[in-house]
Parts: sequence; C-alpha cells; structure tokens
Amino acid sequence: MIETRLGEFEEVILLLVGILGEDAYAFKIAEEFESQTGRSVSIGAVHSTLDRLEGKGFLSSAMGNATAERGGRRKRIFTITALGKRVLKESMDFKVSLWKQYPAFAGKFNYGVS
Amino acid sequence: MLKQPKLIPPRFATRLLLYFLRDDLSEEVIGDLEEKFYVTARTISASQARLNYWYQVLHYMRPFAIRKRSRTNSNHYDMFRNYFKVSFRNLVSNKGYSFINIGGLAVGMAVAMLIGLWVYDELSYDRYFQNYDRVVQVMQHQTFNGVKGSQTAMPLPLEAALRDEYGADFKYIAIGRWPDGHILSRGDVKISKDGNFFQGDFPEIFSLKMLKGTRSAFKDPSAILLAQSTAEALFGKDDPLNQSIILDSDINVKVVGVYEDLPANTTHTDLKFIANWELASAHSPWIKRAATQWGNNSFQLYAELAPGADLQTVSEKIKKIKQDHAERERQFSPEVFLHPMRDWHLYSEWKDGKQSGGRIQMVWLFGIIGVFVLLLACINFMNLSTARSEKRAKEVGIRMTIGSMRKQLISQFLSESFLIVFLSFIIAAGIVAIALPWFNTLADKSIVIHWLNPVFWIVSLCFIIVTSLLAGSYPALYLSSFQPVKVLKGTFKSGRLASVPRKVLVVVQFTVSVILIIGTIIVYKQIQFTKDRPVGYNREGLVMIQMKTTEFFGKFDVLRNELKNTGAITEMAQSSSPMTNIWSNSGGFDWKGKDPDLQTDFGTIWITHEYGKTVGWKVKEGRDFSREFSTDSSSIILNEAAVKFMNIKEPIGMEVNWDGNKYTVIGVVEDLLVQSPYRPVKQSVYLLGYNGVEWIDLRLNPEKSASECIGLIESVFKRNTPSAPFEYKFVDEAYDDKFKAEERIGKLTTVFSVLAIIISCLGIFGLASFVAEQRTKEIGVRKVLGASVLSLWKMLSKDFVILVVISCFFAIPIACYFLLQWLEGYKYHTQISWWVPAAAGMGALIITLATVSYQAIRAALMSPSKSLKTE
Repeated sequence: MIETRLGEFEEVILLLVGILGEDAYAFKIAEEFESQTGRSVSIGAVHSTLDRLEGKGFLSSAMGNATAERGGRRKRIFTITALGKRVLKESMDFKVSLWKQYPAFAGKFNYGVS
Repeated sequence: MLKQPKLIPPRFATRLLLYFLRDDLSEEVIGDLEEKFYVTARTISASQARLNYWYQVLHYMRPFAIRKRSRTNSNHYDMFRNYFKVSFRNLVSNKGYSFINIGGLAVGMAVAMLIGLWVYDELSYDRYFQNYDRVVQVMQHQTFNGVKGSQTAMPLPLEAALRDEYGADFKYIAIGRWPDGHILSRGDVKISKDGNFFQGDFPEIFSLKMLKGTRSAFKDPSAILLAQSTAEALFGKDDPLNQSIILDSDINVKVVGVYEDLPANTTHTDLKFIANWELASAHSPWIKRAATQWGNNSFQLYAELAPGADLQTVSEKIKKIKQDHAERERQFSPEVFLHPMRDWHLYSEWKDGKQSGGRIQMVWLFGIIGVFVLLLACINFMNLSTARSEKRAKEVGIRMTIGSMRKQLISQFLSESFLIVFLSFIIAAGIVAIALPWFNTLADKSIVIHWLNPVFWIVSLCFIIVTSLLAGSYPALYLSSFQPVKVLKGTFKSGRLASVPRKVLVVVQFTVSVILIIGTIIVYKQIQFTKDRPVGYNREGLVMIQMKTTEFFGKFDVLRNELKNTGAITEMAQSSSPMTNIWSNSGGFDWKGKDPDLQTDFGTIWITHEYGKTVGWKVKEGRDFSREFSTDSSSIILNEAAVKFMNIKEPIGMEVNWDGNKYTVIGVVEDLLVQSPYRPVKQSVYLLGYNGVEWIDLRLNPEKSASECIGLIESVFKRNTPSAPFEYKFVDEAYDDKFKAEERIGKLTTVFSVLAIIISCLGIFGLASFVAEQRTKEIGVRKVLGASVLSLWKMLSKDFVILVVISCFFAIPIACYFLLQWLEGYKYHTQISWWVPAAAGMGALIITLATVSYQAIRAALMSPSKSLKTE
C-alpha cells in the first residue's frame, strides 16, 4: 500500500514545490514558506520533509545548475510526481467533502469542483 | 582590494556540519545554507547571519541527514568478526595457554568479585534503617588517670537532661539497657531469646518494619515487641497481637506488635524482642536509683536528630552537659558527643578522644587484597601474551602490510582480551555462585547476589571492561609496535630488553604472594600467641549457667548438694560475672598510702566460698575464702593486676575502704584472664556474696564424660527450676569465641594467599613452558655437546629463581612494615621472628622451583635428535 496520508506541513511544502516550479530547492522553499505563512522554519526541517516526501514517491529530484551566491555549488531541484499531484487532489477533495457536510457552511462554497 | 575581512559563514559550524552530514547531501546543503547566509547578511546583518547559520546547522541534526553508521561501518563489523575468529582459533590451538589464561583470570575475578560483594556488604551496613542519616548514639569520652577513653555506656539522668534542655535538637530519644538473654513464656512454651528494654520511641528511631501492630503501641508501659522469628517460636500460627506473655518468670507483658527480624548487616540484628523501658525500671530497684546517679554509666542512649539539626553543632552543644550537671564527675572531664549511624560499624574505635578507624581497616585490607589478586591474574595474561608475541609477530606483520593501522591492531588485541575476560567472567560468576554459601560461613555474612538487579550487571560490565583494558593494554601496545619489515624478513627477535617488563611483572606477582604468605603466618602466630596466654584458671570441664529467673535464687545449697550427690560435678560456685567477662566495675576505693590523684577503677566480682576451688585459680599469697572464717564476709581477694595498680608491697592484712565498708585483704590470686585476650587483665577485687550473683559455675567430674555429666545436671535443674529452660555454656568454648574475629581474618587471608600463589604459579608455569619451547634448539645443541640434565635444569630454573629472590627483597620489608603496624594495635602481640620471612621466601622459592622444574626437566630430557629436527 502506498502511504497517502499527508500532514499539514507536508501538504504545504508539496504545494510550495508546485508553486515554485524550477526554483523549488530547499532554501527557496523555506523562504517561500516563511513569506507565505509568516512562520519561521529551518532549512533542515524543510529538507527533512522533502526527503520524506521523495521517499513516499510524491516528489522527484535532480541536481540543478550552480550559482555564484552559493559558492558555485549545485542545488537539488524538486518536482511533483503524478502520484504527488493525485495525493494533493485527493486531500483537497476529502476536505471539501467534509466542508460540505458541515451544516454551518454547507452550500456556501462553490469551487467548481466536480 | 578588500579592506574589510571577507564575510564568510562560521568555519567551525561548517566543519561540524560536514562531520555529521551524509556525504551525498553536503553539496546541496552547504549551498543552501551559504545562500541563506548571504541573503541574511545583506538584508539584516552579518552577526545575525552568523547566528542564523549556526541555527540552520544545528537544525540539520535530523535522522535523515546524519551519516548512517551501518553504511560506513559495515567493514568494521567484518573486521571485528575476524578479530574474534582469530582470537578464538588462537585459544583453541593453544589449549594449555588458554587454560592458564582463562582459568587464572577466572579465579582472580572470582576472588575480586567475592571481595567486592563483601566490601559492598560492609559499606551497606545499617542502611536498612530509614533514618540512616539522622540516627545517632550518644557517647562520652572520659579521662581516667590521664588516659582518655570513649564509651557507649551512659548515665540514666542524661536522657532527661537532653530532653529538657536540647529537646528541639532531637526528634526522638530512647534510653535502654544492654541486650541480654531473657526467658519468654506463654503457658508451657518457654524460649530463651536475646532482647532489650528501650523507651517508647525506639521503634521509630530504628524504623522497625511492623508486620503486626503499630510502632506507637509500644509506648504502653507493659508493651513488648517481638521479632517475627520470636513470635513464630512462641505463638506458632496463633495471632500474637494483644496476648499476654511472661518475661523472666515474673513480669507480665503484652505483645503489641511483631517486627521483621533485623537483617544480618545491621547493628541490632540480635535483638529478638524489645520490651518497654518502664518494665525494666519498675522491676529493678537499681535502675530506679540510677535515675539520679550521674556516675552510674550503665545504659545506652539512642536518638534521632530533628530535621535540620546538624550533627556537629548538636554534638558541640551537648559536650559539657554531664560536667554541668554532676560536679563529682568533673574529675573525669566527661565529654558527651554523638556518634552517627553511618560510622557505627566501620568507624567505632577511639584513641585519646579521636576517631581512629575500626572495621574500615579490614575493608581496606581486603579491598587491596582483592585488587592485587586480580592484578596477579591480569599480569599472567599480559606476560603470556607478550611472551608468545614472537609466534604472532608474522600475523601482525601481514596485517600491517595489508594496511592495518596501529589503532586497528590495538583494537584487535583488546577485543581478544575482551573475549578472554568475558569467558573468564562467566566462569568466575559460576565459581562465585557456587562458593558464596561457603564464603558466607567463612566470613560470617549472609550475602546474596542480586542477579536481577541492573546495578549488578552495570557493575559487572564495568568490571569486564576495566579488566580487559587492564589485562589487554600492555600486549596490545607492545604487539602493535612491531615493525612489519623486520618481522616479515625474519630478523625480528625480541632482544634481552624485551623480556624486562615481563620480569618486572613476575617480580610484582611474587612480591604480592610473599607478602600474603608472611601476613598469613603472622596472623596465625598472633592468634596462637594469645591462645597460649596463661589464663590463671582451668577452663576445661568448666560449665556456666546464667540464673535468668528468680527461681534460681536461694537454692544454692540445695542445688550444690544434689549436684554433688549425683557425682556429675566436683564443685559448684556462684559469681556475679560470667567466666568470660567482668560485668561490674567500680570506683571509690581507698587504702592506706593511696596516691590521692589515682582514680580507682576496679572490676568487682562477687563470688561464693568455693569459687576459687571450682574455677581452679592459683592463690599466690595469703589464702582463699573459707567457711571456717566467719569474718570472710568483710574479706577481699585481689588479683595481681590490682596489687600492681595499687602499688602496695604487702597486701595481705591490708585494709581497703569501699562504699563505707572496711575490707581486709586475705589473699592475692594470679590474674584471671576473662576479658579480651589481647588486653592486659583488669585490676579486680573478689568479694563474698550470695545475693546479687547471677551465674552458676560448675566443675564437671573429670571421671565422667561431659555428656553424661550434663545429662545428670539437667535432671537436677529440671527438678529445682522447672520454669527456666536448661541452658549452659562450656567456658572453653565461650572463651574461643573471643578469637572469632581474628580467626576469620586468618582464614580469609589464608584462602586469598593460597589463591594468589596458585595464580602466580600458573603464570610462571606458562612462562617456563614457553621459555623451554623457545630454547628447544639451544637445549638440543647443548645436549649434543655434552650438557647434563642437571646443568640444563639449573640453566632453565636460574632465571626464575633470581626473580623470586628479588621479590623477597621487596616483599619482606613491606610486609614487616605493615604487620608491625597491625600488631601494634594489640597490647599483647607476638614478634615477627626472623624465621617467618625466611620461611615465606623459602616457600615461594620451593613452589617456584617445583613449578619450573616440571617444564625444565621435560625440556632437558627431550632427545636432541628430535629437538634439532624441528623446522
């Protein structure tokens, strides 16, 4: 069985990888996380999550190009796999279905989700 | 170009990161962190950037990022497996050496473990009591004729004075008498148990574990607490609580509780019942009188300090309490002080008012012996490994050329020693488990091993590691220091110098062994010396019976006549003290010509007319008590020590005043040795008295067997004193009990020195066989050239003999120094005569020769054609 459950932090990181696209490497993702959520996070924590997500098959990675500000070192660029995308979607669907069952909000949302 | 120092991330943080980080991650991670560093430096500040860099580095300490041990150490695993395999093969292929190594080490470890258990038991003495840190015994120093002595015997009024004046410093105080045999009876069941009288708070101070009843119920003035064993003996399965029993045939007491028997390693372990103090004072008029007598030191006093009270401070506060209350006692300058429970067992001796050790010296002595025996076994291991190093030199050389680092070789040999130590430990644990009951009897202990206690295993593990380091360090360092080129070329030969450390170690071994031999002989000599000391009376066939109940009183003539008629005894007498002690000491004697500064202190013993005849004392001057002189009720007999103490020339006919009475000295007897055989005999006076005597002394009829006599005596006592169980002691046996402590030391040191010698011999046996093997060819050549077996034997034995002789030179002065100190502690002690060290040295030499000769002769007898054929 494939591990499909996503933690909140994992889900955010996964989404950030998708948002950043070509620029999705640990440092950038951490910066983006801080600016989007306002919460501080260490690069190590982000890296550890990326590593875990890659282990689950939601991400793949490859060494990218080097830049001067990092002493000519290459960076590891992460990309979402098809499985990763499906898991994200399932996660959202699940939550929306829950939202719909919640009487206080039922019917007030319309995201155009089929 | 660059004026200011170049801004770079903290170097040390990077080094740290690289140390723990997985290698494949280093590029991307350092890249990321550096980027972060420069961004922070640009946007905030350089110092913030540095701080943040550290923060990021520390946050990379996550399982996923840390170097995997298994990945990098997989090689080490194989390597260690190889080490153990090689070690094991070595052990199997050299069975003789392995046996000597493992066997010797196991015996050494077993001895060290037993001693370790013993030391632990000694150090944990009295820890059974919950208030271990706050319980104290009140003691006093007093000065008699310039000698400052210390004692636990205290005056009764001190208890009330402490309560009234220093009550805030003590939580509980309890005064008591001395433990003594008493008779407890319930209906027809009569048992004799050791017990004592204490005030109500005693159970609280000693935190007795109550199995039935409560501690507070003991405050009842007619209460008695029974130890579990006593309760079972008296009540069997019945419930003892609130039952009435009779103490010493006439005191009615109520059982208010049962406490768990105090374990063997506690001070009051013999206390089998505790009766309330009020019972003692109500039934003994002398105790009532003692309530105001500050000079009557006849009681023991225990207390528990109040929380927060400091021992030293309180001790200092109460120092002068006796002097303040009792003017007459000031001449002895009594100083009251507190002796804490933690020191009761190990530090119980005083000299001139200062603590001077006690049993702690034994603990040190045996601890040191244990360490030395273990050291001997380790030395064997070191010697045999280095001696055989040439055999393994090739292995070391090849390992080195293949690329072994020195560190790895060291770890190889350490793992080898670990294996051997571990095997030895298993055997040693087996030996300890088997030998423990025997050791317990020998040492008079009840030690158990806590197999399931994690502390035991932690200590054992540390023990294994320390021993393997101790035994393996020298061979490991030595063997790993070979130069591979020389070894493999075959030019490697350990020169003359290589065997020097080995010889030093053998000398150390034999020094220790010879010291132990001398020690053992001296301990036994000392015991024999004191046993042979003249006692001044005839111990054999002398029986004493304590008159524990009032039923005995007033029956002197009846008993004497009946016993004599049965023919079981030749004479009977009664006395106030047993034949093995003096129970009563008194001062206040006066005589003509007495030095006014002399503080008198005499053992005072009340006896009946035939006492002298019964015990067989020797009258030196004057005469014994006699029924023919009615004036003898105011006569007195002195012992020789008393004459010397009083410093008088013609004692016979002298008048002595004591307690308002006049006594005439009618005789002087030879000193009767009834107290410690190691101390001088106490100056004593003997008075006639048929009241206040507590012991019956019987001289058995020598024409009948002892068992026959005892049977006859028992029937007489059964008839006349039915309420008391018939209990008797042979004086010679009771006297021998006084040597128990010393005999125990003697037996233990014997066992340990025998083991030490065996271990040392195993070592030289191994070395000798190695030397013989190494010199096979030389011996062959010598034989061809005409050497006799005798000359070869001489040649091979000489080396070892020289070593033993050198050891003797070290051992004898060391042993003499320490043993003289030990003997100084005894007033009556033997001398270290010249033959003792000589015998020890000769003994060691003979044992060595016997051990070495076996190998030497075997090598010398080998046919040269065979030995020259090898290789």
